Amino acid sequence: MSNKVTALKELLYKMADDQLILGHRNSEWIGIGPVLEEDIAFGSLAQDKTGHAFNLYQLLERMGENDPDTIAFRRAENEYKCCHLVELPIGDDYAFCLARHFYFDHAESLRMEALSECAYPDLAGLARKFYSEIKYHVFHANTWVKNLLMGTEESKARMTTALNDLLPYALGIFEEGENEDALVDEKLFIGEKALKEKWIERMSDWLKEYDVSLDFSVEPHLGGRKGYHTEHLKPLIDEMTEVVNLEGDTMEW
Amino acid sequence: MELADGEAPDQTVGEVDHWPTYEVFVQKKRGDQHQHAGIVHAPNGEMALVLAKEQYARRGYCVNLWVVATSDVTATDYLDSDIFDSVPEKTHREPVDYKVKEKINRYIQSKKQPV
Repeated sequence: MSNKVTALKELLYKMADDQLILGHRNSEWIGIGPVLEEDIAFGSLAQDKTGHAFNLYQLLERMGENDPDTIAFRRAENEYKCCHLVELPIGDDYAFCLARHFYFDHAESLRMEALSECAYPDLAGLARKFYSEIKYHVFHANTWVKNLLMGTEESKARMTTALNDLLPYALGIFEEGENEDALVDEKLFIGEKALKEKWIERMSDWLKEYDVSLDFSVEPHLGGRKGYHTEHLKPLIDEMTEVVNLEGDTMEW
Repeated sequence: MELADGEAPDQTVGEVDHWPTYEVFVQKKRGDQHQHAGIVHAPNGEMALVLAKEQYARRGYCVNLWVVATSDVTATDYLDSDIFDSVPEKTHREPVDYKVKEKINRYIQSKKQPV
């Protein structure tokens, strides 16, 4: 397998795994969201994420990998390449969920913007297809974060704390893979380093408007892209695969 | 739910339940009139738009959304709904007597005929 294909698959796996795991996590808010309208909206966003994961797994299948169900449900924990940010349990503060959503979707929109120029046309097409949904995800995240930062003293404090707490995890999104150079050389992707710079610039500019300044030089939480995960991923996978484990591969949906 | 004698149920609601409502209008395509779709609870117009999108425009067929604070709507009183009743003999005021209507009906009928 050429270096180019290996690099591309590595990129697709980590992107899809991020979407699958975050989609699962965000769906855990269904039924317990802060207000009914937000419960419905956020559940719908979670479904979009799972949909993006599915499309990316389909692309992998076309490149000779397993089918999407097998990839999603039949891998060992260390074969998932998601970052630690998406693994963390939802907790009980909505500010935490919004901070994760805000960080992740800004990174995602910049990633898709870059990938719409990808030299592999199938991925460029998907990036353009996802873009409109992600644009709304960003609009949704911005509106919530802005409202809480401009709300009461308490809402600003809680939102700022969540943004600070999650920053090292968010920086883990940009952990480089082994084939980073091939991605850049083959004009498949601008690379994680360049993406991270764009993201930091956008985040600090945006947050400055609300008098929030973060220390982006903190040590990031790395390891996810190499298959090393937090203690929270395994229980999530166990729950996600509960039915398929019970029924085995003969199960029909 | 069991309550002690004479004790009123706890009616306290959280602050968040006091978000006002916004009326949501959906435009299906450019040039069409916006149509009322329902309401959302939101603390302000921008948030109302964000939430309205997923409640009323999730399945496509929307190019534009309006939200208007329900408190900004001036409405008639249901007690006065008799003002909409029309006296039956005044059919000359309703668009039923136009000669061209028959012609239109004939045209519509002819279109329905199998070729």
